[in-house]
This record gives sequence, structure tokens and C-alpha cells, in this order.
Amino acid sequence: MIEFDAVHKEYPDGTVAVERFSLIVPSHRVVALVGSSGSGKTTLLRMVNRMVEPSSGTVSIDGVDVRSMDRVKLRRSIGYVLQAGGLLPHRTVADNVATVPVLEGRSRRQARADALGLLERVGLDTALADRYPAQLSGGQQQRVGVARALAADPNILLMDEPFGAVDPIVRDQLQAEMRALQADIGKTIVFVTHDIDEAFALGDEVVVLRTGAEIAQRGAPAEILANPADDFVSDFVGAGTAQRTLRIREVDGRSVVVDGDDRPTGVLER
Amino acid sequence: MNLLIEAVQWLLDPVNWQGENALGMRILEHLGFSAVVVLVAAAIGIPVGTLIGHTGRGRGAIIAITGGARALPTLGLLTIFGLWLGIGLEAPFLALLVLALPPVLAGAYAGVESVDRATVGAARAIGLTERQILTGVELPLAAPVIIGGLRSAALQVISTATLAAYISDTGLGRPLFTGMKTQQYDMMLGASILVALLALIVELCFQLVQSAATRRAEPHNGHQHRAHSGARERIAA
Repeated sequence: MIEFDAVHKEYPDGTVAVERFSLIVPSHRVVALVGSSGSGKTTLLRMVNRMVEPSSGTVSIDGVDVRSMDRVKLRRSIGYVLQAGGLLPHRTVADNVATVPVLEGRSRRQARADALGLLERVGLDTALADRYPAQLSGGQQQRVGVARALAADPNILLMDEPFGAVDPIVRDQLQAEMRALQADIGKTIVFVTHDIDEAFALGDEVVVLRTGAEIAQRGAPAEILANPADDFVSDFVGAGTAQRTLRIREVDGRSVVVDGDDRPTGVLER
Repeated sequence: MNLLIEAVQWLLDPVNWQGENALGMRILEHLGFSAVVVLVAAAIGIPVGTLIGHTGRGRGAIIAITGGARALPTLGLLTIFGLWLGIGLEAPFLALLVLALPPVLAGAYAGVESVDRATVGAARAIGLTERQILTGVELPLAAPVIIGGLRSAALQVISTATLAAYISDTGLGRPLFTGMKTQQYDMMLGASILVALLALIVELCFQLVQSAATRRAEPHNGHQHRAHSGARERIAA
């Protein structure tokens, strides 16, 4: 469980990135922080592994204030996935995945064997293990990033716009695989995105943020879609747009779901 | 043309490779003295430059100092140091150090600073200590630029180390100055050719080391299966 308790972040120049934000992220759940740039979502994420220290308030993991923990130990105990993977360009895929286990004293041979297993786990051919990041596609790099985050078997995963740098087709595929993976591993995941569709696709709970990390609305994706709290949320999720207003049209005895522009999106199963 | 032939003849004359002033000895002196200067410049410049690149602190100061130091005439400095320290290697050592430090500092600082901040941030976020970031990420990635700084320092020091003979009996500057004073132009030109050759050889060595470092920093270039941008667009297998 991750608890944000009245965290506040103000920079020396007076900019308030996060204003008294409180939230509980239950264990084994996926919480999506979604907002446009300037919403403070990434700042919140980085407070969990102390990449950013709040000006006031506390972040705690299972009841322990993160400030009481050693930064490096804390970071190694948390999986972190960044946009475009954040891989080290001069190390092979396997070495990248094995980075933290090797730092933690696991033997290179063992860490490499584990890395190969993790690569398979995230849907990568182990033949890629000795390639360098730049030789991989964006989607492959992203998968390596996920494998690396899982390498030390952390309880918590933080994901910063994890699938922001790949094209829509690959993104959909990665999201589907991430869901399947999470069903299997059940980590506590906090991820930030500016893409509401990604938030809905991955989040058990979605927290819509305004400027300064003010919570506009939080709830399950369906709840937010059903009842946007205000115009801001409504705009943000695109309520009322063609994509979100679906109707049923009967075609040859089957119910086809069409969007606001009459474009079919699927078939209703009864 | 005649002079050039005479210079080459002087260089090939076995007499000049024997005895107290043997050219082999002079070459070793020249190289050894230059190496000491570059090593000391590296020992000071690389840690300081790296620290500045890593922390981003002291940037303005370093740019001002290195820029200013580059404008100093080495011969003038040598004269001042010579008047202060007297005859010997101390004065040329200091003057050449002032010449060598700016490129070394600039290379170390620029190299470390040019490492993608996102890569460094990612390394920090997954739990590398600052020292591990420096030795495992920043230095290997910055190595080609750092070595580039050493390379330009070495080149300048080797060509300028002739000035050491101005104030001490060291290096290939000796036959150069003697030749000038005694109007033995074959000697003077011959020594100059040797200095140029040394500089070229050292330059070549540094080139090899630098490209080895580049291969380590960017291992994907060279033996790459497909183009960088093409790979990005490929849909994951």
C-alpha cells in the first residue's frame, strides 16, 4: 500500500507542482494518475521513490515513511519503467535487465539466466539478449524496460508514461500484455499518463488530476465514464464525443455497437 | 628543397643518433616530459571536469577559466615562470600544464554533460548510487569526448614542448634552438620534422583509442543489423 498524505511540492521559484495531495494506493491494484502536462502527476510518481522530495507531507509504503529509508535501497526495491525504456545505451539488453540484481550482489551468470526468463515473460525473443537498446524497436525497448523493472521482484512498480513513445498499434498490444502480466504478478502499480484511454485500459482506479495535482475525480474507469464529476472531467474523458457515445444498431439479427459517427466498433454479446 | 634534403640527411646521419645528444634520447625526453604534463593535466582536469559535468555546478567559472587560459601565450608564460623558478623543468612544466588543462577540462566537462540526462535520471531512478552513475554510465558514455580532450592536449603539448629547451636542456627543442643559434638549418628543420612526426604518431594512437571508446559507448553503431530509425518503426515481434 502506498499512501500520499497531504504531500505538497513547491519549487524555490514559487511554482506549486503539487498542492496538498492525498491518496491511498491499495496493494496489488493499478492506479492511473492522469492529467495534462503541469498536473504534477510525474512529480507525484517520483515522490514514491524519492526522486523528488515533497516540501511537506509524507509518502509512505506499507506504513513506513519513505524518508526514513535509504534512497538507493528504496529505489532498488521499486520497479521503475520510463518512457522509451530509459535503458543504458552502452549495455546489452540482458545487462540492462540484470542491472539491479547485479548491484545487489547476484552473480552475473545467475542474473543473466534470470534476465533471459524475464525477457520471455515480457514477450521478447531471448535472441535479443545480446543486442543493444538502439538495435531494438521502440516497443521492444519498452518491453525490456518492463523486464528490468521486474528483475528485482519488487512489490511496487512505478510507470512514467510507459507506452507513450510507441505507435498506437504497438501501444494497444503492450497494454493488453501488461494487463495479462498484472493478472499474473499482481504488483502494486502506480502509473502516470496524459492519455485517458491508456488510463482506462490499464487502471483499476483512475485519478483525474487538474493543475497542481488537484484531484478532479477518482474512481473505476466505468464510474468516471458514467458520471463525470464536472465539465473538466467530462472534457478530459471526451464524454459526448463520437468515440464515447455508442449506440446499438440491429444488423442481420445481431446487435452492432456503433459510435456517434455511426462507425461500428463491435458486436454486443448477450 | 635543398634545405629539406639536408634536413633529412641530418636526420639519417648515424652520428646524430649517438652520444650525449643522441636523437633517440631527445625523443624519449620529449615524449616523457610531454606525457608527464598530459598525465598531470588529466589527473587534475578529468576529476574536476567530470564533477562539474555531473553536478552542473561551476559551469560558468570553468568556461571563463578555460577560455582565458587558452588565450595565454605559452612563451610569455614560460618567461614569467622562468624568471620566477629559474632554469630547469619546473617552469616549462607549469607553462605547458596551463596549455594542457583547458582542453582536458573542457573535454571532461562537455563529455559528461553531453550524456543524455534521461539516461542518467533512469539510472538514478532504478537505484544506482551517484558513484555508480559516474563510473558506470557517465564516464563510459563520455569517454570518447574525454579522450578527445586528452588528444588535443597531447598534440598541443608535444608541439609546444620544444619550448622546454628554451630554459632547460630537454627534448627536441634542444637541436631546434641550437640549429637556430648556430645557423645549422638542417639541424633545426630536422628537429622540427621529428616533432611533427611525433605529434602525428601520438595523434594516430589517440585516434585508435578514441574510436575504441566510441565503439564501447555506442556499441550499436558499426555492427548494426539495421538502421536506428528503421528499427524504431518496426513493430515489436
